[in-house]
Amino acid sequence: MRSVSIIGAGCTRFGERWDDSLRDLVVETGIMSIEDANVGGEEIDALYVGNMSGGRFVEQEHIGALIADCAGLTRLHVPSTRVEAACASGGLALRQAVLAVASGYSDIVIAAGVEKMTDVSGGTAADALAAAADREWECFFGATFPALYAMIARLHMHQYGTSHEQLAEVAVKNHHNGNMNPISQYHMEISVDKVLKSPLVADPLRVLDCSPITDGAAAVVLAPTEIAKKYTDTPIEVLATAQASDTLALHDRRDITTLDASVYAAKRAFKQAKLSPEDIDLAEVHDAFTIGEIAAIEDIGFFKKGQGGKAAEEGITHIGAKLPINTSGGLKACGHPVGATGIKQAYEIVLQLRGEAGKRQVEGAKIGLTHNVGGCGGTALVHIMSRR
Amino acid sequence: MSAGIVSYGVYIPKYRIRVEEIARVWGDKNNVAQNLNVFEKSVPDADEDTITISVEAARNAINRAGIDPTRIGAIYVGSESHPYAVKPTGTIVGEAIGVNSEFTAADFEFACKAGTAAMQACLGMVSSGMIDLGVAIGADTSQGAPGDALEYTAAAGGAAYVIGRDNLAAEIESTYSFTTDTPDFWRREGRPYPEHGGRFTGEPGYFKHVTNAARGLMKKMGTSPKDYDYAVFHQPNGKFPVRVAAQLGFTSEQIGPGLVVPRIGNTYSGSSLVGLAATLDVASSGDRIFMVSFGSGAGSDAFSIRVCDEIETIRNRAPLVEDYINCSQHLDYAVYAKNKGKLRL
Repeated sequence: MRSVSIIGAGCTRFGERWDDSLRDLVVETGIMSIEDANVGGEEIDALYVGNMSGGRFVEQEHIGALIADCAGLTRLHVPSTRVEAACASGGLALRQAVLAVASGYSDIVIAAGVEKMTDVSGGTAADALAAAADREWECFFGATFPALYAMIARLHMHQYGTSHEQLAEVAVKNHHNGNMNPISQYHMEISVDKVLKSPLVADPLRVLDCSPITDGAAAVVLAPTEIAKKYTDTPIEVLATAQASDTLALHDRRDITTLDASVYAAKRAFKQAKLSPEDIDLAEVHDAFTIGEIAAIEDIGFFKKGQGGKAAEEGITHIGAKLPINTSGGLKACGHPVGATGIKQAYEIVLQLRGEAGKRQVEGAKIGLTHNVGGCGGTALVHIMSRR
Repeated sequence: MSAGIVSYGVYIPKYRIRVEEIARVWGDKNNVAQNLNVFEKSVPDADEDTITISVEAARNAINRAGIDPTRIGAIYVGSESHPYAVKPTGTIVGEAIGVNSEFTAADFEFACKAGTAAMQACLGMVSSGMIDLGVAIGADTSQGAPGDALEYTAAAGGAAYVIGRDNLAAEIESTYSFTTDTPDFWRREGRPYPEHGGRFTGEPGYFKHVTNAARGLMKKMGTSPKDYDYAVFHQPNGKFPVRVAAQLGFTSEQIGPGLVVPRIGNTYSGSSLVGLAATLDVASSGDRIFMVSFGSGAGSDAFSIRVCDEIETIRNRAPLVEDYINCSQHLDYAVYAKNKGKLRL
């Protein structure tokens, strides 16, 4: 297998992009990534796009051909594939693109992600998202994602003494980071008190424990590492791409406070990269809910099970501390256009490893990790990247 | 030739329901009243509708200035809850207030701003000399689906303005409109309750149109917020008008007298016009009032109004907005549901 590098990256501003359609977002990010990579359209061998639910959100399926069309690549008949793994669709698109280049089948490949979520009401969006859970065994009985993650949070609190204040610290940190990120949906600092007093969604999770509904798109351009320097002085090598699955329904799990898909994806990634959690300088993890970040930093192996809340409280995951987590603002503050999130995570790591992250730059960052989850852990993807 | 408001009258049903009572029924524990800055809303009785509200408001306007109804040449009623889909509200109002048959009438609909659109139509006809007096009414028994966010604010009430050229209570110095095709809120034919775009009703709807209309009128006239003694903005809840006033540079003192929504809810087509009436109730001769309506769909009409001497003479000849607000009787959700026809028998 060939080594693969990211030679270009782009990401739209995240938020309520009421004036822009799914197509506009695709074109915007596509141009950004291609210009960043200095590649021409005729050089592109394949496209992969992560999109969770174009059918429900904008009544548009066949997103693969659509993005090729929007990119002006139908003239060249470039193959384009849409992949779907709920909120991990973006991470999965990245993995498919990496595999296509690594296998030698393709050279220049674009991995994109897009979701346009604000064309429908909040209720319709929540129901579309709930399709990532087990419709027959969870949703039919009234479960939504906040409810499922609330159950994870409650058991985590019961077993490990995790407090709501500790959950809130995750949101406070991610809003602080997001406030320094120009593409973020939210540019506002919040306090633990504000989180605890925000409207209740599913006990113990409150509005400020939850990621928002977001429009946005992101794209990265991949090339074999051996030719990457032709396009950029700062290629970012993908050291590992790993994926794991688990039961769709939360109640079928061995332990609902642990996302085993995250555990296995991380183990496989570290083995592939010949690294351990201590080698990671920063990570973007899947904080769809604050408890999600706490579970993630434990499941990936950064902290022992049950110690994630304490790590959040002690500030170990802040920029400037031992292990900065979600420097972009995470899903919580940067926003969560579900199909685009996995690619946005890679975009953030690319910026950080290039030293282009501005005010939120992690000094001396050399190795970064992304962690993208579908549903409440039915799918997890972990990628590890390094500055060459 | 100057034209403007010869007289005005309002009507607000006496029944109220507290927002916390609605929240109790739906199990909403998130301090809805504080979040909306709306604490109670008016509720029509079972036999009150947009027509009865329009008639009451028009009668108050006629009585306030002692107007001979046969001088009225046009009646335009703006509402999104006209009782008939086909059959005008305006004809019933005309007959009820004693206008002879030599008048033109039509019902207007532009979500919450049809009443101010009716004012502009009357202003044009009066200024051109087509008619002597015109009556513009904004009234609604607005609909909010049970359990929907709209239910906390959808209220009932209305205001009537007699527009003419002589004996003005207040001169309309200028008006300016800003309109786009923005689907933030709508009700399809035959549907009992409107639908809305959630947060989309805010920035791209209300704020975009209100600020553009306000700035457009001030630019056209060369005025600024400090040139006005009072300001009234459409009041879908108690938060939006406060926020938009601050964005435009108006103070809380300027909008204070006209901000009636915390105590009666959103009267839709009546909303900004009841706010204007409450302001006329306290304004003095020479005061200037800035008003901007908003209707989903979407558009805003801005008005610059200068109060005249005549106001002092006519003001107390008809009930003030405050009189209606203070005449209240609270209902529980069950009786409210019956009055609003939410119970299907």
